[in-house]
Amino acid sequence: MTTQDIIQVILFFSLLIGLTPVLGNYMYKVFTGNKHVMLPVFGWLEKLTYRFTGVNPDGETNWKSYTFGLLIFNLTGFVFVFLIQLLQVFLPLNPAHLPNVSWHSAFNTAVSFTTNTNWQGYSGETTLGYFVQMIGLTVQNFVSAATGIAVLLALIRGISRKTTEKLGNFWTDLTRSILYVLLPLSILLSVILVSQGVIQNFKPYETIKTLQGATQVIPMGPAASQIAIKQLGTNGGGFFNTNSAHPFENPTPFSNLIEMLAILLIPSSLTYTYGKMVGSTRQGWAVFSAMFILLIAGLVISLYAEYSANPIFRHLPRMEGKETRFGITNSILWSTSTTAASNGSVNAMHDSLSPLAGMVAMLNIMLGEVIFGGVGAGLYGMVIFIILTVFIAGLMVGRTPEYLGKKIEAFEVQMAIIAVLVPNFVILLFSAWASVINPGLSGLNNSGPHGFSEILYAYSSAAGNNGSAFAGLNANTLFYNVTLGIGMLLGRFGVIIPVMAIAGNMAGKKITPLSAGTFRTDNGLFISLLVGVILIVGGLTHFPALSLGPIVEHLLMNGGITF
Amino acid sequence: MKTFFISIKIFLFFTILTGILYPLFITGIAQILFPAKANGSIISRNNKAIGSALIGQQSDTAIYFSSRPSAVSYNPLPSGGSNFGLSNSKLKDLVNQRKKQFIAFNRLDSFTVIPSEMLFASASGLDPHISPDAAFLQVNRIAKARHFTDIQKRKLEQCIRDLTEGPQFLCLGEERINVLLLNLNLDQIK
Repeated sequence: MTTQDIIQVILFFSLLIGLTPVLGNYMYKVFTGNKHVMLPVFGWLEKLTYRFTGVNPDGETNWKSYTFGLLIFNLTGFVFVFLIQLLQVFLPLNPAHLPNVSWHSAFNTAVSFTTNTNWQGYSGETTLGYFVQMIGLTVQNFVSAATGIAVLLALIRGISRKTTEKLGNFWTDLTRSILYVLLPLSILLSVILVSQGVIQNFKPYETIKTLQGATQVIPMGPAASQIAIKQLGTNGGGFFNTNSAHPFENPTPFSNLIEMLAILLIPSSLTYTYGKMVGSTRQGWAVFSAMFILLIAGLVISLYAEYSANPIFRHLPRMEGKETRFGITNSILWSTSTTAASNGSVNAMHDSLSPLAGMVAMLNIMLGEVIFGGVGAGLYGMVIFIILTVFIAGLMVGRTPEYLGKKIEAFEVQMAIIAVLVPNFVILLFSAWASVINPGLSGLNNSGPHGFSEILYAYSSAAGNNGSAFAGLNANTLFYNVTLGIGMLLGRFGVIIPVMAIAGNMAGKKITPLSAGTFRTDNGLFISLLVGVILIVGGLTHFPALSLGPIVEHLLMNGGITF
Repeated sequence: MKTFFISIKIFLFFTILTGILYPLFITGIAQILFPAKANGSIISRNNKAIGSALIGQQSDTAIYFSSRPSAVSYNPLPSGGSNFGLSNSKLKDLVNQRKKQFIAFNRLDSFTVIPSEMLFASASGLDPHISPDAAFLQVNRIAKARHFTDIQKRKLEQCIRDLTEGPQFLCLGEERINVLLLNLNLDQIK
């Protein structure tokens, strides 16, 4: 690594830490109904939304109605995206005359975009016309991210309110997230991206004769508007097959920095919003610190792996699956950030990363997507781990566990365990199944332990709603489309429903005032405990599987063995 | 039932707002402020489109600078990398083969350290750049193929230096050179 590499890393994190309280404070104002800067700009749109839909913005509901609204809304989106893919040839804005999508690919893609996963079994430029990309996928990019924020808001209200069953209004939370947070930031980011060379047009694909006289068809389309929200909403679904490695999606090192920042910006800022909403910014920073420690640890391991020579390739740097303009450091900074946040966009091919860097990417997802994680989703996932941590700490000292004045009892712990187990269950069982049957094995691009890693990564990505891939795996088959689709659904709603149940149950409780005996959750001791619990749960669950994939591959590679 | 109706109405509302108005609005701004970039940074020569400044092209003849290896041979439909793991023997073989080929093609010393981007395929398969080092290693071969005089050869080397892009804002990204732009300038050398 050179000094310039280190400067880039420091610059990136300084921007992230600097912007966290700024955006966090703004979102606090938005979500608590205070006055804020976007109100004069988009306030009329919010009123129009309620008038058009007949929603009463002040009508708050209990957790069951809140969850029911959320599920129905997501179902509506799923059905719509599913159908327009099946009927693509009859729809406008398809200048490349792309055919209808197969039912299982359409199912997979519809689930993928409604669950904020944005796993892509298809290649954008050869599968989907502009109509489906915009009206289907861009919309889901917004609403799935807003869904994540809404769940988080309900959970925060459950924690901070007392003896009530009201958790807020799903439609209002959804509307405000989109109008005041996601849309303004996306507009800003889109324009910055176009200034760097990201395309934004409705032209047909351009056919040109190259310098050598060959024919090259250059794809076109409204890319910038979708890329902005795919980064900000931790969606990650690229306009093109190679996502943000494609020069039209990410043309310059500056666009790369801004896109990378957009991955972590909202999840990181939400920790500050969280602190403000529960009445202590220290609590927010404690959560931020736990996430940050895990992120940096992963980054250091990945950089070390990528900058180490091995007997097969003594030559450094290893540029397989990486772009010249980004180099190694920016590729690794991205691979760590995109898997820590459940974004899943890539600027380098994860399949060609060093085994240990690939393992960190996988582990970031396996730990439950709580290292910043998805928009909203990362933080509500982290609260699940906080509940487990205070429970374990309570057992150690023999006191009733409490978090922010709320007693943590059997129900909360049961729900937390469900939320932790469901995604892990998906990862391990589906991976094991795919590893022993022909439809699973026939999609592999690499053999030996790396082949197993491709399968393990795919199901981790689905269950964690990440969406990145060891993309050599050909997953656009009936088997993978269906099993990964089911995995994404379980990974999303198998967590959201228990989280909402916890929110509902906690809202009904009294708040015990702080006393000398209260176990503090905003100091270094708690942060280390929390990090420990996350690593122990993730490590115990996934160490055996990781040993069969990236760990053994790393050891064999250092012995000079190839497959 | 009420929830269903609200759900459909709100979905419709945001589909219009974020699926139609938002991309159209951005397209409008983009086409006014940055028309060339928004339309793919297309480069023309003699009024004919010859490529995009951002999309690399297959370049493997002796009279032009070579671009990086590409898993999709610079066909953008669809873009793609090799997705070979480091422990994949195919990758090891390919890298050795490319190394020999590059040395033979450019008549280099067999100990020459070849910049790594010329041995490994890019992520997008469309990488428009190589490092300036990789360009300099190709100068002799091109000068020979084009029967350049010493003055022309020096012009070519100056051309590489002029077209080299340093890190953006002094600290971001890597030093690089755009192969298509370089080749277009190469054709201008008289």
